[in-house]
Amino acid sequence: MRGREGPTRRELLGASLSSVLSTPLLAAGRSKVVIARDAALREKTKAAVEARLLKLLDRALQSFYDCDTPVEAWKKVVRPGEVVGLKVNCLAGKGASTSVLLVEAICERLQQAGVPRRNIVIWDRLNSDLESAGFRVETRADRIRVIGNNVLGYDEELQTYGSAGSLVCRTLTQVVDAVINLPVLKDHGIAGITVALKNFFGAIHNPNKYHINVGDPYVADVNMLSPIRQKARLTICDAITAQYEGGPSYMPQWSWPFNGLLVAKDPVALDYTAWQIIERKRAEKGMKPLKQEKRQPRYIITAADEHHRLGNSDPRWIDVVEI
Amino acid sequence: MDRRSFLKTTALPCFMVKESIATPSESDTQFIKEASFYEKLPHKKIQCKLCPRECVIDDRERGYCGVRENRGGTYYTLVYSRVCAAHIDPIEKKPFFHFHPGTMAFSVATAGCNVNCKMCQNWDISQSRPEQVRSTYLPPARLATTAKENQCLSIAYTYSEPVIFYEYMVDSAQAARPLGVKNVVVTGGFVRPEPLKKLCSLVDAIKVDLKAFSEKFYREIVNGELRPVLDALVTIRKLGTWNEIVYLVIPTLNDSDAEFKGLSHWVKNELGTDVPVHFTRFHPEYLLKNLPPTPVATLERAKAIADAEGLHYVYIGNVPGHPAENTYCPKCKRVVVERRGFMVGAVHIRKGRCQYCQQPIPGVWGV
Repeated sequence: MRGREGPTRRELLGASLSSVLSTPLLAAGRSKVVIARDAALREKTKAAVEARLLKLLDRALQSFYDCDTPVEAWKKVVRPGEVVGLKVNCLAGKGASTSVLLVEAICERLQQAGVPRRNIVIWDRLNSDLESAGFRVETRADRIRVIGNNVLGYDEELQTYGSAGSLVCRTLTQVVDAVINLPVLKDHGIAGITVALKNFFGAIHNPNKYHINVGDPYVADVNMLSPIRQKARLTICDAITAQYEGGPSYMPQWSWPFNGLLVAKDPVALDYTAWQIIERKRAEKGMKPLKQEKRQPRYIITAADEHHRLGNSDPRWIDVVEI
Repeated sequence: MDRRSFLKTTALPCFMVKESIATPSESDTQFIKEASFYEKLPHKKIQCKLCPRECVIDDRERGYCGVRENRGGTYYTLVYSRVCAAHIDPIEKKPFFHFHPGTMAFSVATAGCNVNCKMCQNWDISQSRPEQVRSTYLPPARLATTAKENQCLSIAYTYSEPVIFYEYMVDSAQAARPLGVKNVVVTGGFVRPEPLKKLCSLVDAIKVDLKAFSEKFYREIVNGELRPVLDALVTIRKLGTWNEIVYLVIPTLNDSDAEFKGLSHWVKNELGTDVPVHFTRFHPEYLLKNLPPTPVATLERAKAIADAEGLHYVYIGNVPGHPAENTYCPKCKRVVVERRGFMVGAVHIRKGRCQYCQQPIPGVWGV
């Protein structure tokens, strides 16, 4: 007998089995991360920005899926009839949250790919978070819904894996079939960085419990919870404005215009790539590496270990495609 | 008190209390109050100074407890008067065995906790944020009068972790005292010295859940630290607030002879032999469902070790009918308080002394 220091044998078997049964996060072997950038993204008018952002999104998706048209690429992400959740990150309000324009562009392409608007759900922890980032809460069933977890609440069944024991939001467990994860590229004062893996803290009822020990192994364990593992399908990281220090709050003095998007099916590979981008920026600005700050995001390495296998954290197995 | 009179005094008030909290809260703003113990840091960050975790919290973020939030560089409690559980319990349920036996405690809690014990029996409220559980508005003055109206001798701050609703607890204790209502705290003892000292000046008794006697257990099972809890116990003792200790015995995790002996030795040396120690039975719950209930023999082994160390008041809990629920006079060895579960039978204590041999029996007896 022992306490719950790591995943139990039952959890490991369950994780392996459900990976087989559900859409796998990873293609076998190598992982691909596309970094798409547009130095001229910041046009003077909103319409011009929208147009360039849509083109950037198209380039990123077409490159990732190796498709000739954006619709063709999006049809590889979602299937007809599926309800698609867009997990945004809005905690920091305007400035360091998922861009409304990016989300609008994704919604446009999803609809063109055959997903009706009633099957698109934009969600995060709280309505107030969504509103502070510029989204308008919408609960009508015939519209694109925009809802916080406070609207539908959390499942009553405790989901566990390793050190994590959480209730998962009903939006994820009962409403959506697939999730497109839309984090922001930014620093985190406790966990090192907060990008793809950590964005799913917004799907559980007790994220405050998982920031100790630099989030390790909690971030990885939370991503092993069945509803998250089975429904997370693609990450599109909003790196239009990135932040290398002072996160997760918006700190304009430590933000910079990266003017890009990161796209991957493997959230670990994406997080590893994002981590290196932030480290390079910190070095450029004369700041200490996160390891010296005692907040190296070790959870990214843990997420790839034999207990999790959520993706690749070894750069030798990650193909970074910059366009 | 016989079973019938016990039920008469508890069942109706419990029902009334449940009815009174059936209405959901209308607004969150009434539950928000600036926190008592924190420091402001640059860039709108703050550092909490309530518990030893000392969370550094960004703007719009919450601490580990989930009930305190940084809003623009000011730290707020979100659970002031936000009661998510209210029941009338026998004081023995807390358990306090040397504090007004046979009386009732109006017991309240809010959501949240500053640790995350894998064996938590109340994880559905302790590990939730306040907005995730149904609550009612019960401000300190109304809490005090409600306790009084329900013939409760005391208010018990319990179920989750009262340290995290500190401001509410302190104000409620101050409101209760003039009405003759006492205040008791059921805590994990994971609290910084300054708030603890203030708390000790306002409440009548504190029961500390000493969850193990090893840092390893605290690190891996509790997500906390042992040292600050031991320090808190010493502080409570020094300040003269009545204190009892509960040690939940969990098979394979904190049930070794060495740990029982270490604990007993420490209690004897640092707190004295008169502090009641309750070894209670574990039932599988939350993240430790893979472990069995504690065998009664294990609890008896723990008691035997503590008895041999010289502790005078060692109890076995969660085993209704066990003879070690009774209080025995350490001198004449006769039963001075009879108990069965949460029921109290005859009390043979007069003016704080054994009725048979006049040996002082430490506690707050009221008889």
